[in-house]
Amino acid sequence: MSFLQILWFILIGVLFSGFFFLDGFDFGVGMAVKTLAHNEPERDQIVSTIGPVWDGNEVWLITAGGAMFASFPYWYATLFSGYYLILLLILVGLIIRGVSFEFRAKCAPYQKNIWDNAMAIGSVMATFLFGVMFISMIKGMPIDAKGNISASFFDYFNWFSIVGGIALTLLCYLHGLNYITIKTKGVISDRAQNYAQALYWVLYVGEVVFALLLIFQTDFMRVHPIATLICLVLIVGFSVAAHVATFINKQGMALACSGLTLISLVALIFCGLFPRVMISSISSKYDLLIHSASSSNYTLIVMTVATCILVPCVLAYTIWAYWIFRKRISMPRIGEVK
Amino acid sequence: MDITSLARFQFAMTTIFHFFFVPFSIGTIFVVAIMESMYVHTGKPEYKKMTKFWANIFLLSFAVGVVTGIIQEFQFGMNWSDYSRFMGDIFGAPLAFEALLSFFIESTFIGLWMFTWDKVGKKLHLFFGWMIVFGTMTSALWILTANSFMQHPVGFALRNGRAEMADFGALLKNPQLMYEYGHVIVGALLTGTTILTGLAAFQLLKKRNLSDINKKIYRKTMRLGLILMLIFSAGEIAVGDMQMQYTLHDQPMKFAATEAVYKTTGEKAPWTVVAIANPKTHEVKGIDIPDMLSILSYHKTTGSVKGMEEINKELEKKYGTHIDGRKMDYYVPVNTLFWSFRVMCGFAALLFLMAIVGLIMTRKNKETLYNHRWLLWIFALLTFSPFLVNTAGWLITELGRAPWTVYGLFTIDQSVSPNVSVASLLTSNIVYFCLFTVLAIIMIALVVRFLHNDPDEYDKAQEASKVVDPFSKGAI
Repeated sequence: MSFLQILWFILIGVLFSGFFFLDGFDFGVGMAVKTLAHNEPERDQIVSTIGPVWDGNEVWLITAGGAMFASFPYWYATLFSGYYLILLLILVGLIIRGVSFEFRAKCAPYQKNIWDNAMAIGSVMATFLFGVMFISMIKGMPIDAKGNISASFFDYFNWFSIVGGIALTLLCYLHGLNYITIKTKGVISDRAQNYAQALYWVLYVGEVVFALLLIFQTDFMRVHPIATLICLVLIVGFSVAAHVATFINKQGMALACSGLTLISLVALIFCGLFPRVMISSISSKYDLLIHSASSSNYTLIVMTVATCILVPCVLAYTIWAYWIFRKRISMPRIGEVK
Repeated sequence: MDITSLARFQFAMTTIFHFFFVPFSIGTIFVVAIMESMYVHTGKPEYKKMTKFWANIFLLSFAVGVVTGIIQEFQFGMNWSDYSRFMGDIFGAPLAFEALLSFFIESTFIGLWMFTWDKVGKKLHLFFGWMIVFGTMTSALWILTANSFMQHPVGFALRNGRAEMADFGALLKNPQLMYEYGHVIVGALLTGTTILTGLAAFQLLKKRNLSDINKKIYRKTMRLGLILMLIFSAGEIAVGDMQMQYTLHDQPMKFAATEAVYKTTGEKAPWTVVAIANPKTHEVKGIDIPDMLSILSYHKTTGSVKGMEEINKELEKKYGTHIDGRKMDYYVPVNTLFWSFRVMCGFAALLFLMAIVGLIMTRKNKETLYNHRWLLWIFALLTFSPFLVNTAGWLITELGRAPWTVYGLFTIDQSVSPNVSVASLLTSNIVYFCLFTVLAIIMIALVVRFLHNDPDEYDKAQEASKVVDPFSKGAI
């Protein structure tokens, strides 16, 4: 393994972390549209918290996919062809969520509900299935000598991956609630905080079950016991910290901690995988390795140079955009609603 | 049904649908940015109303363009995993740069642009708009870098059973890329202008009792659209001609198929205007114009054009009659290419002519165009032409590359995912087909619904009810 290969393995992890941190709350907000709001002005208020930023957040996923294609083509090829139907459903989820923002704003009033449903269902589909995908991936998939997956239904959907999917959905939902708390004023903000306070108790159960399954269903504890334990402790620790923050009304801290929980989960996956990128359940000699799944050294150099130039710019104007939209969104004043 | 056919069908369907919206949004945001520039330059409120009104058409097309674009990125891994393994070293980098450089800019600045009208300085707001244009245009550059490599591989080495990048600069200096990028970008700008001109014509036709300001805005839209239409259609004809000259040498089979030439012509090549070719017997029944093909191909009255039969023999000699035990057939779908080419050129010429007619009839103080409803109807109906023309162009480019995915290096049969079942592919084809049908219907319905508005009233309504305003006074 060369330095650049390890660097790009980490960068893929960073990109997925960025995706889950940022689009994570978009998904949560999308779910909250149908669960937290009681009426249309509230739904508008909730949607408008992410209106200007959700698209940029989804680009993290596209970048992660593109970077995976460029730096680990064998990983990309195996993962995407192996998770065919799951990715198809993820795409459907992302598509119906993506168009709902523009469509709900322009459709006839009686159709608005359809697009609010599309936003919520799309968000749940994408997060749950991303959870299923990543968690079944670390359990190991039937990868053959040529790097192709020929899996059956239960390779994708088993207790471990389903718990993982539910836990991820819940995490994103809580992350979204924390985001709504900080980005809105009035009754919605308070309600989001109350929901979060209650739901964290459910999350703890999910996390414990997930941790137990992880220990027995994967080889993470055998391969990287210390890193795995640290990541698991971080996941639970940040959840507790976020939970405490919701009680003492430290809204920024709650959002940061729920985001860090998601990042710790990505870290757990990537630490446990190292030095592999995909685990074969047939034989460990069919595992895809960082060493052999990557692009040529030249491509990695080109990618590294471009990233060093472009990423600071991206971060700068993204932060600038959030700064411009930093104010809280209140309910429309009476008489202003059409 | 085999997986290769299904995967090819899916690629065609998803790419064509995606590419309905890509040039649509690249073109419309460019025109809208020009409108806003005119507003900033002149300070006239009608330009602002014009900008805000047409921006909505852009936003709708962009929304569908973005979500159908994700399918493209995923599809290479899902349906074409062996292609991804072979090409990832080269193909992935432009995709990643597209995301890093272009998609982030587009998405961030669209957010800023949409939600900061009257909140930031006029010039800063205009800057946001032009940043979106920059994002969309560089996005096209990166994806076409990847596509150009597939048409004409450069700067690579075959190592470790795959194509590895050897010179990134060579990828960007690919001659194919220069023509292809010019062709696609000018085509996208022409698409945007044609659509906005056409929609303005629809509005003028449909609404007989327009207020003066709305009438003025629609007429100004048409005038601006016609000026741009003339520039871009002339540019497109020029770039297209240059690209065909290049194709004649680089991919002679593609060129010969667009002209349905089976047998190498004499020094004075006749041009077949319309024809039906029989791919089995190699018979072509059509109407010829003497010498014209030599003139079109070489810009002089003599010059023979190689026929597909001769080219096929050359390709068999160069690449062999069998690859991976499969019998190779280097012919491309001749009728599709022939007719796509005619659709493309025909509409380019039509747009050029109509732009001239339109400009003459919208001169200052002699705006006679608006008295001829049938002429307005022609512009209105031309709204739909870019979708057909853009599709035709890509059919030529991509089908004309057959049987290769990467020209001369990797075939379509070698590219497909070996482990994906017919059932999976069939399912995804059906899902996408249904999804696209629904999206297309909704998209059209929402555009029609939006066009019930008029710029003046729309702007006033927006000002009056800022239901969701991140900047409302109550905010901290």
